[in-house]
Amino acid sequence: MAPAIDIRDLHVIRGGRPVLHGIDVAVEPGQVTGLLGPSGCGKTTLMRSIVGVQIVRSGTVRVLGSDAGSPSLRPRVGYVTQAPSTYADLSVRENLRYFAAIEGADGERVDSVLDAVDLTSLADRVVRMLSDGQRARVSLATALLGEPDVLVLDEPTVGLDPVLRRDLWQMFRELASSGATLLVSSHVMDEASECDMLILMREGRIVAVEEPDALRSRTGETDLGQAFLKLIEEPA
Amino acid sequence: MSARATFATARRVLWQIRRDPRTVALLIGVPSGMMFLLKLVLEDREATFQFIGIPLLGLFPLISMFLVTSITMLRERSTGTLERLMTMPISKLDVLAGYGLAFGLLAVLQGAVVSAVGFGLLGLDANHPILVVIGLAVANALLGMSLGLSLSALARTEFQAVQFMPAIIFPQLLLCGLLVERSQMSPVLEAISNVLPMTYAYDALDRVATSPELGSEVTTDVVVVIGVTLVALALGALTLRRRTL
Repeated sequence: MAPAIDIRDLHVIRGGRPVLHGIDVAVEPGQVTGLLGPSGCGKTTLMRSIVGVQIVRSGTVRVLGSDAGSPSLRPRVGYVTQAPSTYADLSVRENLRYFAAIEGADGERVDSVLDAVDLTSLADRVVRMLSDGQRARVSLATALLGEPDVLVLDEPTVGLDPVLRRDLWQMFRELASSGATLLVSSHVMDEASECDMLILMREGRIVAVEEPDALRSRTGETDLGQAFLKLIEEPA
Repeated sequence: MSARATFATARRVLWQIRRDPRTVALLIGVPSGMMFLLKLVLEDREATFQFIGIPLLGLFPLISMFLVTSITMLRERSTGTLERLMTMPISKLDVLAGYGLAFGLLAVLQGAVVSAVGFGLLGLDANHPILVVIGLAVANALLGMSLGLSLSALARTEFQAVQFMPAIIFPQLLLCGLLVERSQMSPVLEAISNVLPMTYAYDALDRVATSPELGSEVTTDVVVVIGVTLVALALGALTLRRRTL
């Protein structure tokens, strides 16, 4: 099957400094792919390039067979930034109703998304009054409204309690089994084992692309965190 | 462009404003308060109140919408909601038109209230239908909004955005002819005033206040105000970038 995301020789320069140095990677459709790496290694820049909001120096980024950021992709790609992008002065439901109107989703969809991120009881609260974790869920809910084929999530579980994190990962798995492609960045290693495939990054380069089990056996570590450290600390 | 996304944006902006009743009260109340103050200050000079009152009434919306829009837009940029919108199926024009619709409605309300106070309570007299004054006030509000939208791209912080008000609006107030007739200014200042949009906004209101006939000059003024509004909106659209560094 053709990859859902296909990146060739991607170079990005931010603030005069090269951030991505020739990334080549493909993300398979219908899977949850984890994007892992130390903070500052270029995960967010790579994700921004995939959703088409990043100015890139050179290289190609194709998503679902089209150039990243092309208008035909906008209804099909969902993106959740690391800092929750919501209207703090609107209620949870008002936020979702606005974005739903843009995505062409109806009120029923708003309700089911609210339920999926466990925010139904807080629907009429003003977002400013919510905790960081609750805000992050509003931001995530927004990206789910349009039932995107590709979902790019930048650290979606930061600041969430373990129960909620488990529930969200279960939801990610369900979305993938219904055919969606998910790219999820994280620096929590126990989440890596929930992924079908892992992309490990360091200093703007891809270190490894493999399944969690393959990574474990190649490094001889049962713990993915240890395995990752081993790869990261290897001389490049 | 899609009407659905435009109306949704207008509704969302109005929702945001409704959540902030103090801002609404200030937007609606401050111009009326200023008219009262002007009346008191010019107690014995009724003629002066007449020819300053009407232009001020019509220029208030320009100033307040400039401020409100530049801050709202700056917030939209800094909280990441603009970037989120830019990844969604909504065009830049939908965003701008939605803003225009919402603030235009607010300007109608603002203009209607201050006109009711000025003409109803304080004895302003326009020689012309009050609707003409409200219409000019709304056009000026949209001018202020579009200037605020495009200039907000130059501000990184809310402090900077607030300082654009004195930087952009005050010189225009001084040069538009409200304080000193433009023909009595030095040729250099008069030439500068010729290219400032508020000059035309003021000129139309001044004619409504003082001329018995509304000639073609008023039409020219209105065309200039609308033209500058559209140019500023187009510049504003250029500053809404789907891709950034």
